[in-house]
Amino acid sequence: CALHVICCNAGQFFSSGHTNNWAVLVCTSRFWFNYRHVANTLSVYRSVKRLGIPDSHIVLMLADDMACNHRNPKPATVFSHKNMELNVYGDDVEVDYRGYEVTVENFLRVLTGRLPPSTPRSKRLLSDDRSNILIYLTGHGGNGFLKFQDSEEISNVELADAFEQMWQKRRYNELLFIIDTCQGASMYERFYSPNIMALASSQVGEDSLSHQPDLAIGVHLMDRYTFYMLEFLEDIHPASKTNMNDLFKVCPKSQCVSTPGHRTDLFLRDPGSVLITDFFGSVRKVELTMDAINLTDPIKQMEENPVNGEEQKEVYSYADQLPVSEIIHQKPKQKDWHPPDGFILGLWTLILLVFFKTYGIKHLKHIF
Amino acid sequence: MAEPKFRVCLCMFWAVCPKDDFQEELVIRPLHSGDIYASFQFRTLWDTDFMRENKVSHYRLFPKSLGQVISKFSVRELHISFTQGYWRTMQWGQPFIPSPPGAELWVWFQDSVTDVDATWKELTNVLSGIFCASLNFIDSTNTVQPSASFKPLGIGNVTDHSFLRYATLPREIVCTENLTPWKKLLPCGSKAGLAVLLKSEKLFHSSFHSQAVHIRSVCQDWQCKTTSWELRQTVNSVFDLHNSGQAKREWSLFKMFSRTLTEACPLASSSKLYIDITDNPQGEQFELSPATSLLSQAVVLGDRRTFSVYDLTQETTFGSVRSLNLLIRWKSNEGEMLRPLLHAERYVAGYGLQTGEIHTLMYNNHPYRSFPVLLLDSVPWYLRLYIHTLSVTSKGKDNKPSYIHYEPSKDRVKPHLLEMLIQLPPNSVTEVTVQFERALLKWTEYPPDPNHGFYVGSSVISSLVPSTVAMDTNSTRERPLFSSFFPCKEESSYFVRIYTEPLLVNLPTPDFSMPYNVICLTCTVVAVGYGSLYNLLTRSFQIEEPNPGLAKRIANVIRKMRGVPPL
Repeated sequence: CALHVICCNAGQFFSSGHTNNWAVLVCTSRFWFNYRHVANTLSVYRSVKRLGIPDSHIVLMLADDMACNHRNPKPATVFSHKNMELNVYGDDVEVDYRGYEVTVENFLRVLTGRLPPSTPRSKRLLSDDRSNILIYLTGHGGNGFLKFQDSEEISNVELADAFEQMWQKRRYNELLFIIDTCQGASMYERFYSPNIMALASSQVGEDSLSHQPDLAIGVHLMDRYTFYMLEFLEDIHPASKTNMNDLFKVCPKSQCVSTPGHRTDLFLRDPGSVLITDFFGSVRKVELTMDAINLTDPIKQMEENPVNGEEQKEVYSYADQLPVSEIIHQKPKQKDWHPPDGFILGLWTLILLVFFKTYGIKHLKHIF
Repeated sequence: MAEPKFRVCLCMFWAVCPKDDFQEELVIRPLHSGDIYASFQFRTLWDTDFMRENKVSHYRLFPKSLGQVISKFSVRELHISFTQGYWRTMQWGQPFIPSPPGAELWVWFQDSVTDVDATWKELTNVLSGIFCASLNFIDSTNTVQPSASFKPLGIGNVTDHSFLRYATLPREIVCTENLTPWKKLLPCGSKAGLAVLLKSEKLFHSSFHSQAVHIRSVCQDWQCKTTSWELRQTVNSVFDLHNSGQAKREWSLFKMFSRTLTEACPLASSSKLYIDITDNPQGEQFELSPATSLLSQAVVLGDRRTFSVYDLTQETTFGSVRSLNLLIRWKSNEGEMLRPLLHAERYVAGYGLQTGEIHTLMYNNHPYRSFPVLLLDSVPWYLRLYIHTLSVTSKGKDNKPSYIHYEPSKDRVKPHLLEMLIQLPPNSVTEVTVQFERALLKWTEYPPDPNHGFYVGSSVISSLVPSTVAMDTNSTRERPLFSSFFPCKEESSYFVRIYTEPLLVNLPTPDFSMPYNVICLTCTVVAVGYGSLYNLLTRSFQIEEPNPGLAKRIANVIRKMRGVPPL
């Protein structure tokens, strides 16, 4: 019967054990010629939003502004395909960390949750132990490090320790780590916390290559691995049943020139049973009920103070914008006390006079 | 219309009727250079008290995020603007709402705030989350407390400037991620009314784009015995003739915004579109279609301007096609723009990376009247100003300011603040110069791209400029939003605020690879030098015989076998 089918699907629905999804998408490169890294991050952002994760659950960090950069011939756009086919920037984008705010320190603080108390909610990763988190990093990297904004690096050891802190603080249920840089596989070599699955665009010793330049914009638009991953994700919709094994097959050596790698030994479930939407999409709990529910009226009747018409209220007025006479006669506040003018001069004159009085006037001629 | 009936029903439900009101307007002003200036204003008025103990819980037209900010941080007035580009006063005239390039934030706090600096820091962090901007970079090194400028634009007698904070971030970039949350604050969002025209691809492809939020208390009526909170959201854009206009002097709503108007916002009590036709009384300069018979006159920025009005709340405005696409076609090129009475420039003079000189020029173009200006300069601490070299000259002669307030900077703690009240003589140029020296920053204080340079925020010039027509001080009549932003106290002059260019100065930048080079070199020298010395001192030397020839070696072997010492 229909109810039985719903129950079975419900069981399968909750098999992954997570109840909410988060995404941390980071682009670490500055300068116009690194346009492709921003396009990479924005294309993953676009896919993740399309599959259901809301802006409040996405922490997007872009180290430089490409869309409104003065070199961009089409402002407020970031394209991923040449001939300007797909604008991944869109009309509804919210960047949480931008420009100089994208630093190693801020990235690690976001992951571990150690942020100053006045940080707004949109800049925090408020995940719990039932969250599946997608972490995507792109930029320039090397064997064991990832470069942030041409001035600092994060090493694979630091990253592994940050993930261990997240595990100890129960900040994730399962974590998918994707990195698209040169020698990307070195970044996941040192992970030791459970429930982490990692993908990289190239092995140690290999470079990740960019896809194609656009002659009108003048720079390379995307990296190969993320380009083919975007093509793969465009076919996914919120109810797809595609699993991680298909994601591992994205961008073989013939297309990518580098060899993408992955690591699943720390992950408890079999990758074949992990749906793409477990990380890229968002879980929505739907409870079906056939009963009617009575809602109580929560609106309280407010007592309005009776407005007394005869009450004399003071008349307000606007402030004078440039009260010249008031300004001229305004004395700035003296914060520190200074002795009155001439005091020091008078004091020295007194000292000199006393000196010459006691020791005689004949010394005076030596001075003058 | 559905709106009044809806409000009446709500009134029957609750004892208190929500007394809020929303108005929207768009003013389009064709400029003499062929560019076109569009100014959007969205105003929400709400009669409520944010400062009382029971928190306001029901928000209708007023956005909840801003309401919570006002009550939590005891804000009296808040003005924040994000601008891309620089307003060219000589080519475009005066803007309705001025703003400097980058981000600017100035706030008046209520008297009840005890620690203004801590509240300011928290407020900037919260606003950076609301507007997706890096406002958290505002700290004590770029915040100043002006002593005479930036008087409150709303109701109030308080002039204790210790509750005022002003900061500017000239480097801040404005892009779609700032426009998106800004649009979400509007009651209709970007789905209906004038806000559908705010498409980022067209707005950011302009010569000037500025979006701002202004919150203040205003009089509710002409008696002014009660106040209400006013939230104004403004967008000012100037579309370039060659960039967006394809060099044809023909502008339409579709060409400017890639959209046309189909309806007014249902929650708005008034939704109007004004076209400035003052220079076109008989239609000889440009042609406006569809034609409208509604005309309105307003005194704004010291001039009486005539506007054609399109009322979007009327169905007839949209015609049979149910959409309004305004078309302005230019016929002739003549006409002189009214020269602005006050404008300013600023630049850095000097050479090298040691010293320099900041020049600020203020032009008074009035033929016979002089007027006072208040100049506010906030210079970062790493440009060490020498105030003894400060000179103010007009027409070659020294012009002593009637009020000077100077707060020296403290390294890494606070910036310089210089405020001067100068009387500008008629038809003259006043030049303010001050010399400075560039400081060497610590290695970790440089941004990732230090060779770009460091920005110095715009100077702010506030002035009461004499007006050619009598200004309207009577606030009883309904005035269009663009003419009611700055309060007017007297008829003969109007208040104007202009911003100069921000400066970009290069500081002496070290070579950041030097620590690595020094470590390599030092380690090499130490290893080679110390290693050799250690070997020389501690190794013992033995003389070793050279390897004997083959014959000798065989002879030695035989001698060893015989037990005789070798050769």
